[in-house]
Amino acid sequence: MHDTRGPFSRKLDGVYILLTFAACLMIVVMLAIILGNIGINGIGIVNWAFISGKPEAGMTEGGIFPAIFGTVALVLLMTIAVVPVGALTAVYLHEYAHKDSKAARLIRVAVNNLAGVPSIVFGLFGLAFFVEFVGSRIDNAFYGGELHYGQPGIIWASLTLAVLTLPVVIVSTEEALRAVPDDVRHAALAVGATEWQMLRHVVIPQAMPGVLTGGILAVSRGAGEVAPILFTGAAYFLPDLPSRLNHQFMELGYHVYVMATQSPDVDATKPLLYGTVFVLLALTFLLNVTAILIRSRMRTRIAHSM
Amino acid sequence: MENPVKLETRNYALRYGNNLALTDVSLRIFANQITALIGPSGCGKSSYLRAFNRMNDLIPGASSAGEIFLNGVEVQNGNIDVVMLRKRAGMVFQRPNPFPKSIYDNIAFGPRMHGVSSRSRLNQIVEDSLQRAVLWDEVKDILKQSALSLSGGQQQRLCIARVLAVAPEVILMDEPCSALDPISTLRIEELMQSLKQNYTIVIVTHNMQQAARVSDWTAFFMLNGQRSGTLIEFGSSSEMFTQPQDKRTEDYITGRFG
Repeated sequence: MHDTRGPFSRKLDGVYILLTFAACLMIVVMLAIILGNIGINGIGIVNWAFISGKPEAGMTEGGIFPAIFGTVALVLLMTIAVVPVGALTAVYLHEYAHKDSKAARLIRVAVNNLAGVPSIVFGLFGLAFFVEFVGSRIDNAFYGGELHYGQPGIIWASLTLAVLTLPVVIVSTEEALRAVPDDVRHAALAVGATEWQMLRHVVIPQAMPGVLTGGILAVSRGAGEVAPILFTGAAYFLPDLPSRLNHQFMELGYHVYVMATQSPDVDATKPLLYGTVFVLLALTFLLNVTAILIRSRMRTRIAHSM
Repeated sequence: MENPVKLETRNYALRYGNNLALTDVSLRIFANQITALIGPSGCGKSSYLRAFNRMNDLIPGASSAGEIFLNGVEVQNGNIDVVMLRKRAGMVFQRPNPFPKSIYDNIAFGPRMHGVSSRSRLNQIVEDSLQRAVLWDEVKDILKQSALSLSGGQQQRLCIARVLAVAPEVILMDEPCSALDPISTLRIEELMQSLKQNYTIVIVTHNMQQAARVSDWTAFFMLNGQRSGTLIEFGSSSEMFTQPQDKRTEDYITGRFG
């Protein structure tokens, strides 16, 4: 058969290989530059005084403890809210709802769309719904209209983040439920367990690592978000730690934004900025590694039970 | 002397979507006997077995017709709660399916679900069930170990013990030996003989020798002209395997097809 590809086709192959490889290389280089830059400039700043101190002198000196504390408290509250709701939603979708039922499809569409909403929209939603609507009604009902919950606070910020990270938990829990073989479900039902007993004692324990992974992924996603907490609870500068659910708080991501844009002395703030970004990255990185470890342990466990 | 009827279906039919998988099966299964369901692949014998503990209810799009009786009581229309039905008619599956829990917790699972919480009572049930399943001597020192560490044959006996722990009247076995080696198979068959005194056993098997060896009664299933599974012949195993009444049964057991 006559080959019509011409003399250049082989060379063209080489060009495409090079092109695709260059694209990959670019990503690796970008990441290396970001991490390298932050690592080199940040690690020298991070010491105990920086981690445990308060920001001072218009954020040109001191540490970031209130921001670390605020971030941890924020994601903890968020986790408490998002994991049960997300996990129960996934259990309903995967275990109870019929695959093609209208309700299940509607929920799935809602979850997928939730994952696609820009985070600033969540911020506005949180302000309108949690702060203005729920918060002010709580104030009217329990505090005689006195302002307590109808203002930005850590509870509203964490609930807003919980809505944002809900899809992460739902998807991850559903995956874990899917990995539980039908064999053991049938075994439980065949000795006369009710459907809920089967879920509670056989399926959910096996899916637990997946639920936890979802929780951790949600935390690592939530810990880096600034937009949703902008209007719902984060404070520009607040050296006092939040001690009540309706208190405002400092947060690492927002602190980075504030230092980068609002500092009275850019050069003096720069090292602190590097240090803060370093801590934020280390925190999210640590959470991701934990999630990956848990997931791989779960995979081997499921592989063993096959 | 004939044993009383333990299970019975009248005109049982099962439909998966538009496909009529089983049609018009009327059969009586006698107490304290072993009844084998045989037939070529896809003839609906496993589906028929699952009718007795209503596991077919779990298959999306499946619907059944006809009547199913346990001790003369119809089981589908609310006389017996499905959870109680499955306790009374336990099932052993094709592949051993222990829970990823300890040997002890596997056996104690059923009783716990039915509300037994006393430690000493559970200990006794676990030992008793494992004894009956002829597994006790092999596992009595490793009860806290994962059930998944057992061999395939041991796992299947564990699954039988797990069923025995809820004190069923009927044991439904869906090709319980198909994933096992010949020695493990032999042990399960011996076990079935000893269980027969206290339980009614229905076993689906592909293995004709096994059916002939272990069962008192045999039911032969096959696809009819409309490609729906149906009962061709039922009789005592000794007669079925020596002088079958139906030509199709004879063809099947002499290995002319299937």
